[in-house]
Amino acid sequence: MSTSLVFLIVVAIGVVGYFLGRQRALSKDSGSVKLHSLPHYHGWWVFLASALPAILFLAVWAAATSLYLERTAISELPARTADTVIASQSLELGMVSGIARGLNKLSSEEKANLPQTFAELRPLLSAKGVALAQDGQDYMIPIAVEWNKNSVRANTIGGVIALALAVAGAIFGLSGVHVRARARNNVERIILGALLAASTIAILTTVGIILSMLFQTMTFFQSVSPAGFFFGTVWDPRFAAAGAEGSQGQFGLIPLLGGTIYIAFVAMLFAVPVGLFSAIYMAEYASPRVRSVVKPLLEVLAGIPTIVYGFFALVTVGPFLRDLSAALSGGYAFIQAQSVLTAGIVMGVMLIPFVSSLSDDIITAVPGSLRDGSLGLGSTRSETIRRVVLPAALPGIVGALLLTASRAIGETMIVVLAAGVAANININPFDAMTTITVKIVNQLTGDLEFNSPQTLVAFALGLTLFFITLAMNIFALYIVRKYREQYE
Amino acid sequence: MTDIALNPAAVSAKPTRRDIGLKRRYAAERRFKLYGITAIAIGIFFLCALLYSVLSNGYTAFWQTEVNLSINLDPKIIDPDNKRATDPNVLLTANYPVLARNALAEKLGVSSSDRAGLRELSKLFSEGVRGQLRELVVKNPSLIGTTQNVWVLTGADIDSAFKGQIDLGVDQSRRKVSDKQVEWMNKLKSEGVMAQRFNTGLFTYGASSRPETSGLGVALIGSLYMMLIVLFLSLPIGVAASIYLEEYAKKSRLTDIIEVNINNLAAVPSIVFGLLGLAVFINFFHMPRSASLVGGLVLTLMTLPTIIIATRAALRAVPPSIRAAALGIGASKTQMVFHHVLPLAAPGILTGTIIGLAHALGETAPLLLIGMVAFVANSPVTPLDPATALPVQIYMWANEAERAFVERTSGAIIVLLLFLAVMNITAIILRRRFERRW
Repeated sequence: MSTSLVFLIVVAIGVVGYFLGRQRALSKDSGSVKLHSLPHYHGWWVFLASALPAILFLAVWAAATSLYLERTAISELPARTADTVIASQSLELGMVSGIARGLNKLSSEEKANLPQTFAELRPLLSAKGVALAQDGQDYMIPIAVEWNKNSVRANTIGGVIALALAVAGAIFGLSGVHVRARARNNVERIILGALLAASTIAILTTVGIILSMLFQTMTFFQSVSPAGFFFGTVWDPRFAAAGAEGSQGQFGLIPLLGGTIYIAFVAMLFAVPVGLFSAIYMAEYASPRVRSVVKPLLEVLAGIPTIVYGFFALVTVGPFLRDLSAALSGGYAFIQAQSVLTAGIVMGVMLIPFVSSLSDDIITAVPGSLRDGSLGLGSTRSETIRRVVLPAALPGIVGALLLTASRAIGETMIVVLAAGVAANININPFDAMTTITVKIVNQLTGDLEFNSPQTLVAFALGLTLFFITLAMNIFALYIVRKYREQYE
Repeated sequence: MTDIALNPAAVSAKPTRRDIGLKRRYAAERRFKLYGITAIAIGIFFLCALLYSVLSNGYTAFWQTEVNLSINLDPKIIDPDNKRATDPNVLLTANYPVLARNALAEKLGVSSSDRAGLRELSKLFSEGVRGQLRELVVKNPSLIGTTQNVWVLTGADIDSAFKGQIDLGVDQSRRKVSDKQVEWMNKLKSEGVMAQRFNTGLFTYGASSRPETSGLGVALIGSLYMMLIVLFLSLPIGVAASIYLEEYAKKSRLTDIIEVNINNLAAVPSIVFGLLGLAVFINFFHMPRSASLVGGLVLTLMTLPTIIIATRAALRAVPPSIRAAALGIGASKTQMVFHHVLPLAAPGILTGTIIGLAHALGETAPLLLIGMVAFVANSPVTPLDPATALPVQIYMWANEAERAFVERTSGAIIVLLLFLAVMNITAIILRRRFERRW
């Protein structure tokens, strides 16, 4: 009995329960005493009483079953020795479950005379569309057979219990249908519970982010010292892979952090004046017609995916800057195609709409009376903006710039394509530098073993990135909130 | 009297205006305004440059050069030992490119003994002809022995040359297409046998190392699955969470924490969600790598804050009088929310959801980490199969060096931008049409 079939039957029982419950409630409605709840609430209550516990049970049972299957399989696997062929136990386990899955597809006749060696079994299964790894072992086959037996047994027990729960719930719900029964309140309480559960997903996500990265980071720090990571000035993860004892400093964060901040700085250097002046022009000078055309146009920039910006940097901006520098110096291209400047400019373009729309909102929120007062005293519009409006809007603008900067630091695709992969520390914006996000992508897109420091370092980098941006966001929100109180 | 009035000295003695630097100040004013206009111009210039760069590189990707050949499906070449009735592998492994080469040689009058000529000739059409003819023959083995008219893809270099993207002025040793091939190409072109046809392969093929037979098929299916997963998970969860926070939650420590959390999650770098997906879904729950299911879950978590923020704004915009009226005629709080407030907030919720989905569709970084940078040639059937996504496909093609891949990358970007434009325009129309001001 497969779990999905049981699930369908449980739902079917619930649906039948709904109709029976509604029917029963209708029949109780004698006309002398009004029902407390509308009939369909009684139906829903019966449905929930029968289906909900059974489905929750099925979910828990499925999780427990897979855990149980793995445990028994591990206990049956031969003890790991130095000459075990398979690299890790989890790999062995994966192969066993793969074989077990394949065996399920065989006909009963084929199962009866199962080949005893993996070499014979493999082509049999691949004919059924189950591809297995080459180095499966003969001893895995009986374990896989056992696996399937256990799995069938567990599913049967679970299915029977779930069905019993569903029927019992339906009977319980149906027996509770009477004129004074508060079916609506019961149903609404469950709805409220579901709403609350949905809203805690946000917390669960944050907790998940922090915990998952924290655990991997801890494992990473077992092989590399935190000091070597946070203060190391050399980034050369492959060197440590050779088994060098003094792996300290090979995972140095400093060059990556330097590149990240440098590129973000160049981007902000480009985006802040452009964005801020566009915002000022649109808020203070532009006619409504110009504004209604220009504002959406600039916001299109915000809707373009960052991968498109990355490609733009790679094929257009980078080569253009390189050729330009070659033309300027007469042959020698002093700007590399992948450079801090390329990545910074393109990222700056991406950030323009963030700066401009955030600042636009803040500038328009400055009360008109301040402007009128200043203009009335005889100052020109630009003087009003520079001496009155901007100082009043300053805290909000600083908050907006902080939010923008945190976006620049966390940006990935532009720098992956435009900034280069060489982790050097330099101050020449025409050279390539790399960032934290680039290295996270690099470390995790190869065929690396998962538990090596080479991949685990990505989580340490991610955690660092998470906390940097978190701090900037919280600080920005704090400033923005504080500012808002002044005028409301 | 008149003397004084006419006295020029008296006129000049009139109190002159104090010099308050008006000229300078007006100049500063004009300059300031100019800065604003320049800034906007820079922004729009970059927008135009970006779109121009993509469009000019990419519009040719929607046409592909093909050549029409009458291919004789010669049984002597397909099945020299005449074993196809017993051995199904014969039809799968037959040397199909030779058939196409022979057809082309016949057309261009290259003798079958001219080995060098034949070698150059077979570079005219794509290796993909193997799969094309194989499919034709395997589907209908009775075609063997007949002559079929087939449109065959040309090789990527010929395609570039045909589209005029290769400078034919340079010496032939320094370009990828030889003079001979150009001559043949022009001959075929003048006969009308070689022509550009709409590139359906761009939308159907999977990954391939040859530009002309690589397409977005797998990526489109992967992205579709992910969008469906994001829609069906993040919309109900997001709406439920917003209803709770907006309509039920009392000010408490828990709701405070939830609110701060949502605001922060909206600003967390997307790549961090990729790390979460890798650690939790793949390593902890053992879900398959590269699967659109995992991608969909990760994007759901990423989109949730956007949808929650939009939904809460929409719920807040429903005036309290509606709630009071519903409660006043005896609705319970849940009935009030689900029967009255939610339908009125629906357009706003929908708009927010579409914008959130558009954002998720263009997101690349988290998908790289959960292994969607994969060479997937076969279309995924279920969300558990390996797949790629539209932006990830763009990323992979962007890393290829060949000219033809640049064209295809830009073509893929155009497809992506079109999808995004349609989604955003739908959102704007919805907002215009159903927005109610109370």
